[in-house]
Amino acid sequence: MTWDIALILSVDGLAGAAIYLLAGLGLVLVFSVTRVIFVPFGDIAVFSALTLAYLEAQRFPPTIGLVAVLAGLTVAKEVVTLIRRGQFRELPRAVLGWGILPMVPCLPAFLLAGRELPALVAIGLALILVVPIVPLLARLVFHPISHASTLVLLIAALVLHFLLSGLGLLFFGPEGFRTQPFLNGMVELLPGFRVSLQVLLMVGTSLALAALFFLAFERTLVGKALRATAVNRVGAQLVGIRPATTATLTYTVVSLLAGFVGILIAPSTTMYYDSGLIIGLKAFVAAIIGGLSSYPLTALGAIAVGMLESFASFWNGAMKDVIVFSLLIPALLVRSHFSNHSDDGSDEEEV
Amino acid sequence: MTTLFTIDDLHVSYGKVEAVHGISLELDAGRIVSVIGPNGAGKSTLLSAAIGLLPSRGRIMFDGSDISGLGVEDRVERGLCLVPETRELFGEMSVLDNLLLGAFSKRPNKAKRQALLDHVYKRFPRLAERRHQHADTLSGGERQMLALGRALMSEPRLLMLDEPSLGLAPLIVQEILSIVTSLRADGVSILLVEQNALAALESSDYGYVLESGEVALHGDSQALKSDERVFESYLGGV
Amino acid sequence: MSSLTSQRLGILAVVAGLAIVPWVFGSFTVSLFNDIGMAALVVLGLVLLSGVAGVISFGHAAFVGIAAYASAWLSTEYAISPWFGLPFALGVTALSALVIGALTLRLGGHYLPLSTIAWGLVVPLLFGNMAMLGRHSGISDIAPLSLGDWQLMTAESAFYIIWILVGLVATFCYHLLNSRMGRAVRAVRGGNVLLASFGANIFHVRLMLFVLSAVFAALAGWLYAHTNRFVSPAPFSLHVSIDYMFMMVVGGMTQLTGALAGATIVIAVKNVLQDLLPLVSRHAAQIQAVAFSTLFILLLHHARGGILSLASKMARVKTPAPTQMHDAEPPVEPLPRRSLPDKGQPLLSVEAATKRFKGLVAVNEVSFHVKSGEMVGLIGPNGAGKSTMFNLMTGTLQLSSGRTEFMGENITRRSQRDIALMGMARTFQHVKLRPQMSVLDNVALGAHARGQCGMLRAGFNLDTEEERRIHAEARRQIARIGLEGQEMEAAGNMPLGTQRLIEIARALAADPVLLILDEPAAGLRKAEKQALADLLSRLRKEGVTIMIVEHDMDFVMKLVDRLIVMNFGTKLFEGDPQAARADLGVREAYLGHAA
Repeated sequence: MTWDIALILSVDGLAGAAIYLLAGLGLVLVFSVTRVIFVPFGDIAVFSALTLAYLEAQRFPPTIGLVAVLAGLTVAKEVVTLIRRGQFRELPRAVLGWGILPMVPCLPAFLLAGRELPALVAIGLALILVVPIVPLLARLVFHPISHASTLVLLIAALVLHFLLSGLGLLFFGPEGFRTQPFLNGMVELLPGFRVSLQVLLMVGTSLALAALFFLAFERTLVGKALRATAVNRVGAQLVGIRPATTATLTYTVVSLLAGFVGILIAPSTTMYYDSGLIIGLKAFVAAIIGGLSSYPLTALGAIAVGMLESFASFWNGAMKDVIVFSLLIPALLVRSHFSNHSDDGSDEEEV
Repeated sequence: MTTLFTIDDLHVSYGKVEAVHGISLELDAGRIVSVIGPNGAGKSTLLSAAIGLLPSRGRIMFDGSDISGLGVEDRVERGLCLVPETRELFGEMSVLDNLLLGAFSKRPNKAKRQALLDHVYKRFPRLAERRHQHADTLSGGERQMLALGRALMSEPRLLMLDEPSLGLAPLIVQEILSIVTSLRADGVSILLVEQNALAALESSDYGYVLESGEVALHGDSQALKSDERVFESYLGGV
Repeated sequence: MSSLTSQRLGILAVVAGLAIVPWVFGSFTVSLFNDIGMAALVVLGLVLLSGVAGVISFGHAAFVGIAAYASAWLSTEYAISPWFGLPFALGVTALSALVIGALTLRLGGHYLPLSTIAWGLVVPLLFGNMAMLGRHSGISDIAPLSLGDWQLMTAESAFYIIWILVGLVATFCYHLLNSRMGRAVRAVRGGNVLLASFGANIFHVRLMLFVLSAVFAALAGWLYAHTNRFVSPAPFSLHVSIDYMFMMVVGGMTQLTGALAGATIVIAVKNVLQDLLPLVSRHAAQIQAVAFSTLFILLLHHARGGILSLASKMARVKTPAPTQMHDAEPPVEPLPRRSLPDKGQPLLSVEAATKRFKGLVAVNEVSFHVKSGEMVGLIGPNGAGKSTMFNLMTGTLQLSSGRTEFMGENITRRSQRDIALMGMARTFQHVKLRPQMSVLDNVALGAHARGQCGMLRAGFNLDTEEERRIHAEARRQIARIGLEGQEMEAAGNMPLGTQRLIEIARALAADPVLLILDEPAAGLRKAEKQALADLLSRLRKEGVTIMIVEHDMDFVMKLVDRLIVMNFGTKLFEGDPQAARADLGVREAYLGHAA
């Protein structure tokens, strides 16, 4: 391997790291606030990528139907629960919050889809269409078992991935898509060393979003409430922070992050309905390096995963996934060694 | 004097094991009521159930309405506040953030928020000095002050304190308890759970003695202080 | 009709029903039954590993794959009989499981199941990328099973082999669960501290169980390779592992019969959907995946106990049937006993024990001794450092400085398990009984270290003599605490006071030199405290050395010979109870001082 190749591979690695950074932040956020290990993250990214591809092809994105179905199911479930409990006064709010609000993004998408759209408009539409998906799914799947053990939640998350990839196939079909790059051309960073603008855009967007993410957490009361829930759930309840509300907010943020991941990755990788698991799990390797709790360490993990993947694919393209996932074992061992060995807490009852 | 808070025949269980067997108590507005008794008597369990962290059977009335069916956050929004034995601070967040989150249920505007902060800082000058420090770097006494300060940020109508003197040196215990008594002047009603029986009775108007999950004895704090039966429930009879 | 007879009749009916399957149904249905049988083998292992012991694995399809590929490769590469492939496949799989398990089973909480996702995903990827395993096209033309010259090419001929193996594995699992190791397996969810308290090694138990379940999966893989006669990566993917998990949850997780029921229901429903869905939609396959995931999620929401739990609630079938139901017990030789030190000999000595947590001194230079035949109380108010002191004595925590000695040996750096094996038996402040297990089984756990039979001997039912001795010992201890006749009740149904007595019986079953009790009176009602006090004074008369760590002074006052009082992490007082009561310092520690 020459220095030139190493440099090129490093740039590819950074592009990958940009993706895993956003995904990793999302995973850590969900886990710390809700204890859910959100395996289906990648599936949501796939939805946004495929939605954008449909919009670019001037086709009607099936995502609209998906959101409508999910909103319908969630409203039905909420209404039934409220009626059973006799809380009739809560009904209008539930219908508004779980039925009307999630459908709002569908309206512009419905009106604009099928025409030729400026790239930014298409991207914007794809993003807002994806945003309601995770909060709705989480309300349907995780909310009823929010007090169950982490393991039950993990099983549910894994099953949700299979559900989503099934839905992906049903709604988007088996073909793969690649979207238009936003920027074409290369820029010469060092003499003789050229980088595509697209890669720079990926890394730049990712860093900007990560910075925004931190600002929101450090500076706003809502962000602080999310952090507080993650740091101490009981303490959060005692000051009146509602776990269900913070969870919904968290899932909305994660939906948006997944949307960005899909948009950023789609121009350089062909996306299929089932590409999500691998993307999500690689981000997991990064998140686990961060102990599912530390954002800075997750960022380092993202760089490690991106680099390893890039160099591994040069060495043996077919085995690159094997190599990246093998990183998980040492990462877990190190993690487990440093986390406190209070085995006493393993008294989790499943049934 | 109006009754602010009533617990009526409360039963609390952990799984199949019942820890509180039908406790009833009453608290008048503007008073300090202490609940004392040996370890394992069910004092903390009682408070956890009162704030809604533990499910319970029986009736809990606050300000004339039944709150038994409400969740923790709803009770907090109505003006109940618990400072638990474990404090439950946000350890990896700053003292200031802890205090700001204390007012979360009130959603105060900026001016109000500052006024609340100033009020707490005036009461606990040490917290003002350490406002940018992480909560888990504080000493035991400071943590207790922060827990109290965070509770005061929500302007509670009923403050429930679980073992505020636990693990603190005698001098700090005095300080904390004198602050507790001074809160009464601000119109806060207080339910004080303490193991340190004499100090608790000293700072309260009325007292309940719990033993094995039941009320063994209750009465005027001054009277209980000299009651030999309190002594026996702690140190055993002859 | 007793539940045992009806259970036996049920099993007989199932066996008879299965035996006639190949005669009644067509080839297609029989091969469906074969699939059910192979899946049931995997799920039986999962029930033990994940359902009973709580070690969640999302990767067992990979073990099926390793065995299938191993035997397929051997028999096609070297044209060797599948029967030689069997030990090879089992060996390779067991070895893989041993390596994977050794690396990952120490992981705590959710990290372990996450790691199983990693290898569950990687192993099939490896199959698809290795030239010697035919990459993505797999290995075809694998030799069928044969008996002599008779080749078992048809579904009907393979049926009996598969189901006989299912029967054998199920019987093995049944015996295992009702054995010494089986009780440890059922206690694994109680955590490390519980297992170490009766001398079991939780990592060892989990590892053995992991390998065992992998071997069951390997049996299925070997059968799959030689009945299907073609292997490719797809049937061993993560997706299939989740299907096995689904079958286990459908069957109720903890029940062996549930493994069969779960496999049957899932495969049958899948098959029905395959027939029906094409009639309503041209996207049948996609809808099936969606429908299945939805069903799984609904199951997690509404019936985590599995579909069978509803039925068994009505029929009141208890999973592990008691091994002995007869009144006339043949006399058994009692378990060997330890030689106890003479009365008055020093048993436990603590010298300047200190424990610091991040700068906070929880226990500060505390020293005391316990002599054989004594009953000593260690008391103090909340936060005095009693629990930390307890954990230091039992080896649950390591000392920061100082020294502990037990029976003349230095135990300062010994593990909790080693100290338990030396004869220090304990109870727990927060009762650690296994609520679903019977009183008898809970107490028998205490005698764990007094038996030797491992998982294999238990599974093949070669441990009956030892089991009878352990049971006799457990019954003796149950009688000692006055609970005769309630041996078969679930421990979780007992009131707290009785649960504490059962913990004492469990500790006594270990034949301890020193019995050490962690706040035995906490949360007890008055009558229960009295019963506990009566038991303890009886035990002292019988010569048991007891140390009570307790808050409740009233309780220990009339009981103990000597009191050690702690406050703020230091020793405040040592002496007889009356003196302690009169001591001003003690009085102040408990009641506080008036301001």
